[in-house]
Amino acid sequence: MSAEATVRRAPRGGLRGRASAVLFRRAWLRAVLLLSAPGAWFVLIYLAALAILFVSAFWRVDGFTGKLVHAWNVDNFRQLVENPTYRTIALRTIGIAAAVTVTDALLAIPFAYFAARLASRRLQAVLFVIVLVPLWTSYLVRVYAWRLILAKDGIVNWALHGIGLGSVDVAYSNWAMWIVFSYIWLPFMILPVWVAFERVPASFLEASADLGARARTTFRRVLLPLVLPGVVAGSIFTFSLTLGDFITPTLVGGAGSDFIGNVVYRNVGIASNVPFAAAFATIPLLVMAVYLAIARRLGAFEAL
Amino acid sequence: MVKHDSRQQGAWRAPLGAALVTLAAMAIVACGGSGSSSASRTATAASIGKGEGKLNVIAWEGYTDPKWVKPFEQQTGCQVNAKYAGSSDEMVTLMRQGGGSQYDLVSASGDASLRLIRGGDVQAVNVNLIPDWVNFIPQLKSPPHNTVGGKHYGVSLQWGPNSLLYDTSKVTPAPTSWSVIYDPRYRGRITVPDNPIQIADAALYLSKHQPSLGISDPYELTASQLDAAKQLLKQQRPLIKKYWALASDEIDLFRNGDAVVGAAWPYQTNTLQADKAPVKDMIPSEGATGWADTWMLSAHAQHPNCAYQWMRWVSTPKVQAQQALSFGETPANTTACPFMDQIEKGSCARYHANAPASYFDSIRFWKTPTTDCGNGRNDCVDYGAWQQAWTEVKG
Repeated sequence: MSAEATVRRAPRGGLRGRASAVLFRRAWLRAVLLLSAPGAWFVLIYLAALAILFVSAFWRVDGFTGKLVHAWNVDNFRQLVENPTYRTIALRTIGIAAAVTVTDALLAIPFAYFAARLASRRLQAVLFVIVLVPLWTSYLVRVYAWRLILAKDGIVNWALHGIGLGSVDVAYSNWAMWIVFSYIWLPFMILPVWVAFERVPASFLEASADLGARARTTFRRVLLPLVLPGVVAGSIFTFSLTLGDFITPTLVGGAGSDFIGNVVYRNVGIASNVPFAAAFATIPLLVMAVYLAIARRLGAFEAL
Repeated sequence: MVKHDSRQQGAWRAPLGAALVTLAAMAIVACGGSGSSSASRTATAASIGKGEGKLNVIAWEGYTDPKWVKPFEQQTGCQVNAKYAGSSDEMVTLMRQGGGSQYDLVSASGDASLRLIRGGDVQAVNVNLIPDWVNFIPQLKSPPHNTVGGKHYGVSLQWGPNSLLYDTSKVTPAPTSWSVIYDPRYRGRITVPDNPIQIADAALYLSKHQPSLGISDPYELTASQLDAAKQLLKQQRPLIKKYWALASDEIDLFRNGDAVVGAAWPYQTNTLQADKAPVKDMIPSEGATGWADTWMLSAHAQHPNCAYQWMRWVSTPKVQAQQALSFGETPANTTACPFMDQIEKGSCARYHANAPASYFDSIRFWKTPTTDCGNGRNDCVDYGAWQQAWTEVKG
């Protein structure tokens, strides 16, 4: 689109001038030069790794020597389907990822609305920093902090006890995971929703008011549909980040809190059964594919 | 382009962009190494030659403390590079990486050592080159977890029990049996290690309480015996607060009141007692499982002379005492006792370094479960089945 706008200049002399002239005339050459490095990276590192992951799911490991046997079979997938343990783990992972996404959306929408539309410029800057501050410290530090907060003799129970409400027993449970995940991924939901609120022109809201809509109707029928893309964008991150995590379940999870990632980690790093890990790892891939397809159905990618 | 349109597009692009930037800020790049595989299988050494100037080891965290690594490096000129492993299974995986020539030594526990021997990943060691070997407690000179067919595949190092740890203010009367960790009275207040070898603890308990199952060795289980252990552990699961993966996890659980009873190493007990926590540990009437570590020499070691020098160094009484106290375990070398008391008064007795043979014999040391039942039969289940069972118990 910039071609029309560019003023045609007489080609300069010398090698550089000629090279730039050639590049200017041949758009495909420009594309090749720009895309060859990232393209090679994408194909060799990214796609090839995924392909190998998928292919190795059909191999198996010799239990005696621990060596990989390149014999094609579907035993790994059969085990996944037939053993109810893995179904439970997969459903737990997906369930908590969904719960975290909904929680973060419910927390982010009012906050982002306030930050984008009601707060003063100064307050906006402060809020922006507050949202980002947790990302400045290590993920591990924050998870460990939550362990102390939720412990039986921790701050939560100390406070509850102080106001005479007894105590809760949430440490090392799926509830603890839900709380910690919701906390950790919240910035990834707030920021896209915030930007989405900011992008809605004030004139739309005025028009809605002029046409007699009340604040609630405006929010429901004008603001929310325009902000939905931001929520879906944020949900892709909160959902996929929770789906792939295995550190938080290890640290704050309880007796029955294994995620898909924990089983994959144990099979790769510990049991050295890469084929089974690969087979289990295809489940989050499929889940994300379905999730993105639904997001697309909702009209999420049309403007991309 | 009409202004109106660009706004609607922007509504999509900007949020995704913002999220992507945030994500990029947190991106973690993991990189893995790969090694060359120039195999060089050597016959058992007859003497220790000149050091190669370098030594690559896989160790438990804390096993290569500067306290004894620095003097070793100065004396021998062998630069020690340590890679810490988090579990026995990880040690086996690391030893097999890159054709097995990346590392010279591994501080393998009994549940890994047989796997390494059978897999041909380690080579026989000439114990005559380790002068302190004669001072080892008799049971650790040629234990079944590192000596096969009369060949020593490594030098024993340290050992310790998986004892019963309990909060004296909450668990009354004081327990005498492992039954306390299967007792619904302590629902949600029990913690046990997150390790497939924990099945052996259940098997040991069953061998005493359900003799009809015919369990004689908690590491040699038939499919039906494993099922019985699995059943017991599944019943135990709702009582568990957390399966601990790191020693520090268990310390946190006891310190914060989340757990009051569980299976532990002496390290946790000592740390908690040093913090004045009201805890005690004991070996219950059924006995206990335990670990015994061995420095094993890779079959493809690139620096065998430095490796032998290291095995000789860590077997000496002073280093044995230093390591025992810094990690919280018991030295294999019986002459380490006075050095332990010198560093910390009374520590020799506290770690049972001078305990009679009966104490040692009450402990069933970790070994890798294999299909070989040890009685000529081959109908036992191997470690792969144990791992699968453990996943099902926890799932």
